[in-house]
Amino acid sequence: MAGAAARLRPRRFEGLDRAAPVWLLAAAALALLILLPLGWLAYMSVSSRSGFTLAHYARVLGDPALQKALWNTLVLALWSGLLALAIGAPLAWLSARTDLPWRRTIQHLIMASFVTPPFLGAFAWVMLAGPNAGALNRLYRSLTGATDPLLNIFTMPGLIFVVAIYTFPYVYIMITNTLGLIASDLEDAAAILGAGRLQVAWTITLPMVLPAILSGFILAVLQALALFGSPAILALPAGFHTVTTQLWAFFQYPPRVEMAAAFSMPLLLATALLLLAQKRLLGRRGYAAVGGKGGQRRVVRLGRWRYPALAAGLAVLACAVFLPYSILLKAAFSRAWAQPLTWENFTLENWSFTFLHSATQSAIVNTLELGVLTACVGAGLATLLAYVTNRRLVVGHQVLAFLALAPVVIPGVVLAVALFVAYTRPPFLLYGTLWILFLAYLTKEMPVGYSQSDATLRSIHPELEEAGRILGAGRLRVLREITAPLARSGIIATWCFVFIGVIRELSASIILFTPNTKVMSVVIFDLKEEGQFGAIAVLGVFMLAMTFAIVVLMQAVLGRDVMGGRQSSGAG
Amino acid sequence: MRHSFMVSLLVLILAFSAAAAAAPDPRLEAARKEGKVVWYTSLALSSSEKVAKLFETAYPGVKVEVHRTGSQRILQRMMQELQSNIRNVDVVHTSDAGHYVLLKEKKLLMRYTPAGVDAFAAGFKDRDGFHYGLRATVNVIAYNSKMIAAVEAPRTWKDLLDPKWRGRLVTAHPGYSGVIATHVLALVHLNGWEYFKALAQNKPMLVQSAVDPSGIVASGERPVAVNGGDYTFYQAKKKGNPVEIVYPKEGVPLVVSPSAITSFAPHPNAARLFTDFIFSRDVQQVLADTEGLYTGHPQVTYPADKPRLPDLKLLTVDAEELEKRNEEIKTRFVEFFGA
Repeated sequence: MAGAAARLRPRRFEGLDRAAPVWLLAAAALALLILLPLGWLAYMSVSSRSGFTLAHYARVLGDPALQKALWNTLVLALWSGLLALAIGAPLAWLSARTDLPWRRTIQHLIMASFVTPPFLGAFAWVMLAGPNAGALNRLYRSLTGATDPLLNIFTMPGLIFVVAIYTFPYVYIMITNTLGLIASDLEDAAAILGAGRLQVAWTITLPMVLPAILSGFILAVLQALALFGSPAILALPAGFHTVTTQLWAFFQYPPRVEMAAAFSMPLLLATALLLLAQKRLLGRRGYAAVGGKGGQRRVVRLGRWRYPALAAGLAVLACAVFLPYSILLKAAFSRAWAQPLTWENFTLENWSFTFLHSATQSAIVNTLELGVLTACVGAGLATLLAYVTNRRLVVGHQVLAFLALAPVVIPGVVLAVALFVAYTRPPFLLYGTLWILFLAYLTKEMPVGYSQSDATLRSIHPELEEAGRILGAGRLRVLREITAPLARSGIIATWCFVFIGVIRELSASIILFTPNTKVMSVVIFDLKEEGQFGAIAVLGVFMLAMTFAIVVLMQAVLGRDVMGGRQSSGAG
Repeated sequence: MRHSFMVSLLVLILAFSAAAAAAPDPRLEAARKEGKVVWYTSLALSSSEKVAKLFETAYPGVKVEVHRTGSQRILQRMMQELQSNIRNVDVVHTSDAGHYVLLKEKKLLMRYTPAGVDAFAAGFKDRDGFHYGLRATVNVIAYNSKMIAAVEAPRTWKDLLDPKWRGRLVTAHPGYSGVIATHVLALVHLNGWEYFKALAQNKPMLVQSAVDPSGIVASGERPVAVNGGDYTFYQAKKKGNPVEIVYPKEGVPLVVSPSAITSFAPHPNAARLFTDFIFSRDVQQVLADTEGLYTGHPQVTYPADKPRLPDLKLLTVDAEELEKRNEEIKTRFVEFFGA
């Protein structure tokens, strides 16, 4: 055994052949991307005119209002994560492993929820569940004659709800992808040995999916932590801050950048620890059972639970998709969004007003340019990095993996500030150009891109590559001719994820934009602050249409679903 | 109503075009070479866009880039850009007179007196000639007349403190809007910070722009607005929304919104042309007629259904004090209202 290991070892260093510069470049790019802004953030948090200081920390940690914001964020993130898990996990199992009716439709709708910008969802829910004018509350009042509202979206539970219905797809994706990779052999074995259906699920399936469940949960929590738009739309009107809205408020004139830097550090630390804990928890678990080999996925018959399960799934999707989309469409064509859409209330003026607004046109162009550019570079870089870390090609690949995931712990607003400071001085004068937004998006989307690529590459067993190497192909050739074709759909999915992430990015853009580099989300936020419901609805509908066009195009190219593609091909 | 307005707009446009065509203006040539004027404005987006379109029709070849956001955001944006040596804005227009004290002190404004402003009312002119009041509005109370009977409606600022309004109010934010920052300072003079502390007990919904409360009240999301520019409510009412305006008898905070050219304007000729244009009687009249704003122009006439400024008890604030207490206003407001 020891001899075999010794014979294996040199092969790792063979990786450092002609391909080495490529890996090193990718690694350097990542380091620059992450470490430079993080360094600035740390520097700012302890510097003052007179040199080193801890005064900023003392101030932010001692301020009761800021403690409250911190607490609000923790409450929001934890509960949204749990709710997302409670929604996402059962849905994933239902759509991957059961005979749930309309599985494909459900998948498509979850996809819709996933690509819906959370701030648009939040905005739509203002129109649905604002305590007085909200459509659902009006309906409830007219049905029951009650005077009190049924729902008040401008509350912490309201905010948690809206965040969860747009973050549960993260959990769903993680779990369906894993379920799709697990063959039913082990489950069958257990069943043959006399285990009941529940026992199989509990002792065999669950442990194998547990890493995915935890990852999904942690990803959902981190998403909720970093969200800016939803709290800005739902928490601020109710008179409470979260960390992200508070950080954004720090940059109002006169800006208090040091305070913001100091205030983001505890959060950064906590989320970093969360990620490390996740690694510790999952690190020792082998994925051998989650192999790339074929194998049957057993379909669980739901029996008389089929339709109740379908109803539950549709109820979730009504909240995430049907209701918000309907109200957005209605508002886009109404003079007064809160009034019934009668002929008198119907108008096309919102559309002409929105698109004639000079800021809108350039914002659309900017958004598209940035989306395509970031998606191409991001998917490429993420795939390379995932390859390097999965095949352990360089020393310190764990650090690389950590760096690639690290931006997930940096709220977009904080990242933006760090970038702002880093790139408003020589040698990188990027503020005022689209490049600074590109860097922000690339950094911000790296964790999602990396996770996706990582999952893809993990599912491709190295033995195929090893076969290629044994037959004399170089690393890059193996990558090109064996790995890439196998990973193709994964890479395209990564592209999609990044593109969609960019299109809807708000929290970093809101700090980094200048009037000439506005993107659509910023225009929407501007309009929101002025209360232009009709125009926001128009831009929102437009943004969604654009996103769906990309998704449909991708699916046409791939010939199947981008998201959860594996299990749909397995089950279908 | 709508048609007659369109017709008058058309006539106006024709008049402007004719005027521009009649006299070849060397300044126009210079402005055309520059191609555009960049306008940071806190005037409601629809109103700003209207002014921009009028200008572009009057002076083809010179575009107006409208960047509309709240007064405080405009200042933040401008300072943030200057810090990075980005010189983007030509004409800056906010509703926080304090900003102009600051900008003037930092030497960021160009001294320019638009044609015809000498005759403007005193409160609209900077004695050093750097900025002039483009428009004015007063802060008012407004309510949704479908949800609240006229007899029940609040009549004074203090009426809003009645616990019966708990959860039924909406306020805009001084951290965003210059109109509201001015409003807060004026009412602090009148009733002290205690007033806002008490108002916060009624848990008003917090929105950002002084334009927003009118939409909130019109939709019925909250039946009463505790502040906001009267012109936004006036427009909402004109559009057929059930919105009624109350001018409290203790007085209404007057907000004169200055406009100035920046000292570093990248398109100085276009900026001057644009500034002359927006202070011309015709444009000032448009602001009064279709937007429901007040102006400093002595010849402008106002819609019959709007009270005249001299008939209102006006609460004014000193621009220098507004500048000095800007942070205090924002901080204390957040302290009371939570965000």
